[in-house]
Amino acid sequence: MTIKFTEEHEWLKIEDGIATVGITAHAAEQLGDLVFVELPEVGATFEKNDDAATVESVKAASDVFCPLAGEITEVNEAITDNPELVNAEPMEGGWFFKLKLANPADADALMDEAAYKEFIA
Amino acid sequence: MVPFAGYDMPVQYPMGVLKEHLHTREKAGLFDVSHMGQVWLKPRSGNLADAAIALEKLAPVDLLGLKPGRQRYAFFTNQEGGILDDLMVANRGDHLLVIVNAACKDADLAHMKAYLSDLCEVETHFEDKALLALQGPKAEDVLAPLCPAVAEMKFMDVRACEILGVTCVISRSGYTGEDGFEISVPAEHAEALARALLAHEDCEPIGLGARDSLRLEAGLCLYGNDIDTTTTPVEASLVWGMQKARRPGGDREGGFPGADIVLQQLAEGAKRLRVGLKAEGRAPIRPPAKLFADDKGATEIGHVTSGGFGPSVGVPVAMGYVAADHAETGTTLYAEVRGKFLPVTITDTPFIKPTYKR
Repeated sequence: MTIKFTEEHEWLKIEDGIATVGITAHAAEQLGDLVFVELPEVGATFEKNDDAATVESVKAASDVFCPLAGEITEVNEAITDNPELVNAEPMEGGWFFKLKLANPADADALMDEAAYKEFIA
Repeated sequence: MVPFAGYDMPVQYPMGVLKEHLHTREKAGLFDVSHMGQVWLKPRSGNLADAAIALEKLAPVDLLGLKPGRQRYAFFTNQEGGILDDLMVANRGDHLLVIVNAACKDADLAHMKAYLSDLCEVETHFEDKALLALQGPKAEDVLAPLCPAVAEMKFMDVRACEILGVTCVISRSGYTGEDGFEISVPAEHAEALARALLAHEDCEPIGLGARDSLRLEAGLCLYGNDIDTTTTPVEASLVWGMQKARRPGGDREGGFPGADIVLQQLAEGAKRLRVGLKAEGRAPIRPPAKLFADDKGATEIGHVTSGGFGPSVGVPVAMGYVAADHAETGTTLYAEVRGKFLPVTITDTPFIKPTYKR
């Protein structure tokens, strides 16, 4: 399993060509307390940087981008019922969706954890 | 911090908007609202009735009937019956204390000087007075140790009190739907007072973000969003703020800018009205979302002027204007959010049960 990060503050845990995608603790903190999450449909296909989900904090609405091209295989309905989960555990129970990557090799171009830490520092 | 009406304002403190909101409803929140303008109207004759009558020329509100030590919500109208600003007016015995919105205060001052200078001295306290709002069910518990007299005050009472050796003017009022106080304090003593209030275990600092969600749940208008120069008091559902004396048949009927239009709307009804809206789903309905009578987006009947998640209500709440024939409580409308038409129900405001000490 590898973990990658995007400049739009998504994380991907990739295993066997399937990426579990969420937003980073840094992003969750910047957004503030989330009150609403809208997830994509299972089976939907996205290109890299398409709007895949919407999150709303008390303050404003923000888009969550699809970090790489692929097809949605599963969504985390626990965060629809309980958006605070994203703030509480952004990289565990607060994941958004699973994505079957169209080109798994594309992940190589994303940041690793050390690079992301430097990016937000 | 964000810029707001020429001030740097805190949106949130470390607790965050949601917890600040809930803390205010459960205990007590302290807001720095010093950006609002404080103006004293002093009657040149020495008779306060002269100042009240002069101010009634600008606002469709019974100010002559406002008793010493009492405060009332008011608004200035323009020649079209639109609202120039909303304000609080207190009878302080020898002067009227007027509190106006930050973004409007220079225009309000010019307006008052132009209309009132013959009868009143218009004295500004924009720089030398700060304003702290202490709001929530524990507000009295927080303030009373510093000023025991506040325990005797009722909603909308105003009186001068000594706090930490400094004379302050306290009103039992606020803009959150909660019991609480607004304290006008000499600016140089504001920080010491704020620190003394925050030293109480039930009191936390609250930012602009929670102030907005609290006042929205309380169904109170934000000037520039829910009311402005294009909305009349009748359209804005602020008729409760126009007492009998200023309405048709009253002792001092009309006599304010735009009175012909406002009184006609009072008699015949306005074409559109401000209403409260509660969403059925979890998606916040934010301004300027359009409102439709149907779920296909065929018949547009209004728009949202304030909206967001109501932390105490537990669902998204909003306010907006709708055509009067669709404004009945309980009516289902559809708000357009990201291309979807989400059901919302017209709901009486406030969305929460106010805890004012009447």
